[in-house]
Amino acid sequence: MRNSTKLFILLGFSVLFTGLYLFQDLNGSYDYALPRRGIKVLAMVITGCAIAYSTVIFQTITHNRILTPSIMGLDALYLLLQTVLIFFLGSDHVTIVNKQVNFILSVAAMIIFALLLYRLLFNKGSQPIYFLLLIGIIVGTFFSSISTFLQVLIDPNEFSMVQDRMFASFNNVSTDLVWIALVLTTIVLLIGWKSIHYLDVLSLGRDQAINLGVPYESIVKKMLIISSVLIAISTALVGPITFFGLIVANLSYQFFKSYRHSILITGAMLMSIVALIGGQWVVERVFTFSTTLSVIINFIGGVYFIYLLLKESKSS
Amino acid sequence: MIQVRGLSKLYGKKAVVDQVSIDIVPGTITSFIGPNGAGKSTLLSMVSRLLDADTGEVLLDKKNIKKIKSGELSKKVSILKQSNQMNVRLSVKELVGFGRFPYSKGRLNEQDIVKVDEALSYMDLHELEDRYLDELSGGQRQRAFIAMVIAQDTDTILLDEPLNNLDMKHSVQIMKILRRLVDELGKTVVIVLHDINFASVYSDRIVALKDGKVVKDGLTNDIIQSPALKEIYDMDIHVQQLNNCRICVYFNSNIQGENDL
Amino acid sequence: MKKRVLIIALVVLSIGSLFVGVSSITPADLLDFQSEETQIFLVSRLPRLVAIILAGAGMSIAGLIMQSLSRNKFVSPTTAGTLDATRLGILVSMLLFANASMLEKMTVAFVFALAGTLLFMQILSRIKFKDAIFIPLVGLMFGNILSSITTFFAYKADVIQNMSAWLQGDFSMMMKGRYELLYISIPVLIIAYLFANRFTVAGMGEDFSKNLGVHYRRIVNFGLVLVALITVTVVLTVGMIPFLGLIIPNIVSIFKGDHLEKTLPHTALLGAIFLLLCDMLGRVLIFPYEIPISLMVGVIGSGIFLYLLFRRRAYA
Repeated sequence: MRNSTKLFILLGFSVLFTGLYLFQDLNGSYDYALPRRGIKVLAMVITGCAIAYSTVIFQTITHNRILTPSIMGLDALYLLLQTVLIFFLGSDHVTIVNKQVNFILSVAAMIIFALLLYRLLFNKGSQPIYFLLLIGIIVGTFFSSISTFLQVLIDPNEFSMVQDRMFASFNNVSTDLVWIALVLTTIVLLIGWKSIHYLDVLSLGRDQAINLGVPYESIVKKMLIISSVLIAISTALVGPITFFGLIVANLSYQFFKSYRHSILITGAMLMSIVALIGGQWVVERVFTFSTTLSVIINFIGGVYFIYLLLKESKSS
Repeated sequence: MIQVRGLSKLYGKKAVVDQVSIDIVPGTITSFIGPNGAGKSTLLSMVSRLLDADTGEVLLDKKNIKKIKSGELSKKVSILKQSNQMNVRLSVKELVGFGRFPYSKGRLNEQDIVKVDEALSYMDLHELEDRYLDELSGGQRQRAFIAMVIAQDTDTILLDEPLNNLDMKHSVQIMKILRRLVDELGKTVVIVLHDINFASVYSDRIVALKDGKVVKDGLTNDIIQSPALKEIYDMDIHVQQLNNCRICVYFNSNIQGENDL
Repeated sequence: MKKRVLIIALVVLSIGSLFVGVSSITPADLLDFQSEETQIFLVSRLPRLVAIILAGAGMSIAGLIMQSLSRNKFVSPTTAGTLDATRLGILVSMLLFANASMLEKMTVAFVFALAGTLLFMQILSRIKFKDAIFIPLVGLMFGNILSSITTFFAYKADVIQNMSAWLQGDFSMMMKGRYELLYISIPVLIIAYLFANRFTVAGMGEDFSKNLGVHYRRIVNFGLVLVALITVTVVLTVGMIPFLGLIIPNIVSIFKGDHLEKTLPHTALLGAIFLLLCDMLGRVLIFPYEIPISLMVGVIGSGIFLYLLFRRRAYA
């Protein structure tokens, strides 16, 4: 089956699920339910695309299919920020209640952190990627220690606000935020798309990429920043979905068997849309909200990750 | 022409490459030889800008390579290092196609396709051209990479121990191809070799390194001689003339022949 | 780093630890066996001291064993998922065996800790990556997954805040009657010492071990059992203390090399000293309040880990 056919099939499924989600059981409520659902769908599309894009380029730069950008400590930072705000300012403070303010604060914090991290590490000459990642993870653990400490001290009522932030949710996304996120994501995606062909060469490894004339350092830096910004946007919009990117990226590699990133990324984005909208449809209409989609995704992603690791024996 | 001036690389306090200055003579095969840890691979990596030097500079046609854009450099100098592990599924043909990236950034035009075909023919890979790299043996994969470098069509080709995974037949095949590239197409080849006999038979010039420093730099016949080799390798190596070639026999210091040089 | 120096330091710090605290106790007070001060001393201070020493020595040795067995400087209960597997085990025992005795809870947690560590070692044996730094990366991600599985179930059972409170490493609750489980560490440490050479050999690989007549699988599994045992007793009594098993063996290795039989005592001593220092700092910094040990070690430990990484990179 040709890759373009596969892409069309995925596109078909996305449209199908979107349609189902939007129009099933609408009961004529065009003013209320449809726009609300529309916004949710939009949020899912944005998040799905951002995570898929971000993970695929991240995995190419790190020459590894097992790591994801969220392990850089971004998720932990987000949670720390929310915990600190709720702890020190209370859950009725404007930074928590006003979603736009919270969004901007969160995105800004994550991006600054990512830039600082790369600055710090790239200034010492070129460092291997794993070093960068390990630093990210340690910093993430550091943030988590502080978060846990504060969380234990928080009033149990306030804690439920914190708990809500621990898992991604599409249920309460605000409309304005979605439009902001849409614009931001589209801009970033377009900026990155120009360098897509470099990614194809990057998959041959650092030495070959340099040999073939890729400006390695600057491309890697650019891609890392794009990756982090996208994750920041999606995390601030809906919350952390740590392992989702891992699933869609790897499924895309398996399904499309190509090295061309234009295909891989598009495929991953479509798969994530199908997974999110389809998954949310199942959770809402079939399971009637008794569990959160993102937690299921994390769980599946986690198990899939372990499976991937065990399968690693083939590549050496 | 590539010129190296005062190049050094330090790991901690130890100089793995120590103030090396050499000129790579165009239109020749120059071999870097020397014992383990002499700095040959490190030197080659610095010349190809894969590694940053701590002191000194590398000049290409009198310009410092750091000032030349990577994209431009990749059309003039190509490098192939030893380990080529990847987790991408590429066919041999697709890999060789990547060799044209500096020119067409991923979109192959007619001329690219011709070059790819030529490279595949040179390396005798047409039978394998549609097979995936991870299905091939180490030696076949190595040949595919060399084909890629040929397709890259640069004036200078740098190779770091390319014969490591190859059997005798293919090792000879590669060296013969390198010879052709130099004799027929006027390219310049710099190759790090472990096997001094291949260096002796196929190269025009030899640069010998020891402890990070250049100990010998000159024509093959001047260097492939017992006293010079003893200086480099700390071993008694007998050199015998066989069919116009100087062959080194080092396996056992008791071997003496009638044609010792 | 002489043993003598370490022992003296340990003694000095121990004495210091015994007399630091909210209630002021002087040696003179202790002469009267009936006094309140002596009571506090016997019920709280002394058990606390013993707990700190045993936990510090135990976790450090656990890390040392893991590092010998995997020939990798960055493997430890924190970076191999052991701590997180233990946490999962404790949750399971909390939810499914709520009325079980401490011993039964410990067994369940132990099974999980062992299973998690074994799974990680399996993964480790399949990864043929050149860069040793990749391993703790995988370990931390693996730990993250286990952690999110735990959080998921904790969320469903609405016990997240409880569990975090309980599991957070905290020595302030160490009293007579609560810490005795830690005494298990003593025989474990002795056994580890007796088996030290075999662990070192096993760490060199299966073929190497066979050549020397060491039964590879058995020794590795046995070592992991010891690791799991120590981890579980520490977590159940004190809570999670991150990074200890990672940084202490590394510091000792810089000064004394990797001959297990020689470095084991130093590792135990340094671990105890480090934990004592952190504990005293935690009690003193915001006197009369305490900073829990997991936060202290989390912060200081991350810093030291980062330093170790940067130092290693300088030679790479």
